[in-house]
Amino acid sequence: MNQTQLLERGRRLLPWVPAGVLLAVMTGPQGRVGQPGYSISQAMHPGHLFDSIAIALVAGVIVQLWGARPAQFRDTVAQVRSETRRIYARREIRLGVYAVLLAFAILLPHMVGAYWQEILVDKIGIFALLAVGLNVVVGFAGLLDLGYIAFYAIGAYVVAYFTGALPVQPPFILNDFYALIFAVAAAMIAGLILGAPTLRLRGDYLAIVTLGFGEIITILAVNLDSVTNGSRGAPGITSFSVHVFGINYDWGLSQVPYYYLLLAFAVIIMVAFAMLENSRVGRAWTAIREDEVAAQACGIPPVKYKLMAFAIGASTSGFAGVLYAAKISFINPSSFTVLFSILVLVLVIFGGMGSLIGPIAGAAAIQWFFAYVQKHDGAPIPGIGVKIPIRPEDIYLYVGALLIVMMIFRPQGIIPSKRRAREIGMAEQGIGGADATGAPIGSPVS
Amino acid sequence: MCFTSNFWSLTIDGLNNGFLYALIALGYTLVYGVLQLINFAHSEVFMSGAFGGLFLTQALVGTGNPTGWTAGGYVAVGTLMGAVVGAIVAFLLERVAYRPLRRRHAPRLAFLITAIGASYFLFSLAGHLFGRDAYGVPDLLSHKSLFSIGSRNIQEYDLLVAGSAIAMLFILDRIVAHTRLGQGIRAVAQDAETASLLGVNIDRVISQTFIIGGLLGGAAGFLFGIGSSVGYTMGFVPGLKAFTAAVLGGIGNIRGAVLGGLALGLVENWGVTCVRNSWRDVIAFGILVLVLMFRPTGLLGERLGRSA
Repeated sequence: MNQTQLLERGRRLLPWVPAGVLLAVMTGPQGRVGQPGYSISQAMHPGHLFDSIAIALVAGVIVQLWGARPAQFRDTVAQVRSETRRIYARREIRLGVYAVLLAFAILLPHMVGAYWQEILVDKIGIFALLAVGLNVVVGFAGLLDLGYIAFYAIGAYVVAYFTGALPVQPPFILNDFYALIFAVAAAMIAGLILGAPTLRLRGDYLAIVTLGFGEIITILAVNLDSVTNGSRGAPGITSFSVHVFGINYDWGLSQVPYYYLLLAFAVIIMVAFAMLENSRVGRAWTAIREDEVAAQACGIPPVKYKLMAFAIGASTSGFAGVLYAAKISFINPSSFTVLFSILVLVLVIFGGMGSLIGPIAGAAAIQWFFAYVQKHDGAPIPGIGVKIPIRPEDIYLYVGALLIVMMIFRPQGIIPSKRRAREIGMAEQGIGGADATGAPIGSPVS
Repeated sequence: MCFTSNFWSLTIDGLNNGFLYALIALGYTLVYGVLQLINFAHSEVFMSGAFGGLFLTQALVGTGNPTGWTAGGYVAVGTLMGAVVGAIVAFLLERVAYRPLRRRHAPRLAFLITAIGASYFLFSLAGHLFGRDAYGVPDLLSHKSLFSIGSRNIQEYDLLVAGSAIAMLFILDRIVAHTRLGQGIRAVAQDAETASLLGVNIDRVISQTFIIGGLLGGAAGFLFGIGSSVGYTMGFVPGLKAFTAAVLGGIGNIRGAVLGGLALGLVENWGVTCVRNSWRDVIAFGILVLVLMFRPTGLLGERLGRSA
């Protein structure tokens, strides 16, 4: 490597210096009201600043080395990849992999302590279910729903109503399993009502309307005091129970039984979605994503299929809401803030939109990480002795940053859907589309 | 009708809000005009402007208690600072988040996700840096009644908001209609490809559009902060409402954004007297959905932009 090349390499590392400064600011101490400069001045402490810039530069070097990886290495990776794909394409291998994953999921709660069991249900399980549902909207149909948690709230409040936990009493008290049907139906109807006028328009209007809807649902939950009991919330939602054929079983408030209930539902839903993706409906979604005009010309009504995806997403969200409400037995409006919608979105995007396993992997990885941060707040990681400089209250800082970083570097996610990844790649070369949110933002760049 | 008893008071408050909505809505509309992108992070441009103005006025006031012209000067400088900070944030946003996507011709979904990510990043960063409680802006304006319209006393704040908003809107209108920059913005909005063939530097026009939107949004942020308070989540609701205003007037249409902002401010303020005040946001959202259902091109139609 000659000198000019080295200089060029060094020059391309320069943008990583401000990135390091930003990292220092992000990981600095919490700000204090009344001392606006406190957090920044502490973050600019030379040691902290130096560490952060060093980390950013190392990341920059890795990115550069990755960009300049030798052709031989590239070929080997491609070969290994195509070989794995060939093996994985065989049905029995694929089913075997799923069986191993399922067995792992079944054994998992017995391998961890009580804290992690709770995380497995409340944080990972419920959010994995939410992510699988949002994946239908974002991944399959290529739409953006930013108020996804609103339907989760609707599901939770409907089950609270039918189990008699709200100030308004239902005509008849229902077992959770029956209430589930009403709750899912209510969430789906809400999705249809919201989607029908909006989906006829440009796709990006859906994003802002759902964002507003997510906010409105919380306002309604707080203000409709006589119906929802306002911000005091609804305590005493009954747990799932079965009383048939002499079997009497109550899931109660314990973690592991709920984990298995969630897992059973999640498996059923995933199988259903996998079948849906490979059906006429799934092909219609693909066609709309890749070229809406052509799809329409072939007789596919885009609004109908978009609405279908949106309603399926909404009802899955409502479903997760029921499970959450029954598990916690108490809900209040703060369980349904707009923040959660974005959290679910990041799980889907990070995992890989449009892929079946991706959203679950995303939910597991990200929610595990945040739970870890929460648990070991400020304490050094055992064995390494390094502190994670991330504070639990800054979680959404990293959620936002992760969304931006993923979109710039790896929009298809860590476990991409093959088709989706190819669509994104081709759309970037100007062939076809990769979503159903309208014409690409296409201005030729000089 | 329920709003007749306090009519003038409600109307003046509504106009105050409406002018601020209009200033923010222009940021959405201008960016939508050139990029056909809903810039979700614009609400955070507004928030940053508020913090910028706040910190400068706090530093200027210190422990003193300025009155008269000094106080007025501080308010003016604070507003200016808000505008500058807003412009810087908007410019960086375009450079760091959107431009890499534009270079790659990324699908629209990627832009929208980046926009919402940037919004969350920015407000969480503000919460991290400056704490999560609301700040009060130093009390520089007098609360004396200058004159009254109907039963409503007009204070300095009302004049400040109306005056500065009208001035900014007038200047913007002149810029877009008569300068080379405005010509560029209109050309890119109509047809970016042809504009670039005719020698318009699209990247520069887009940057400048973000800067103009940031100037207006940042100034509006500080003015809004004087009226209530400054906090890291202050942008979300006004941002959503300003977008509603932009759609109401016809997105991409500059005069439409102003009309939409004022209309939304008035309707919302008259409306809350018929229901409870906590329903204010529900009214705005209801308007958004109704407009999208019955007149998606808005009151004045989409002039700057195209209907994709």
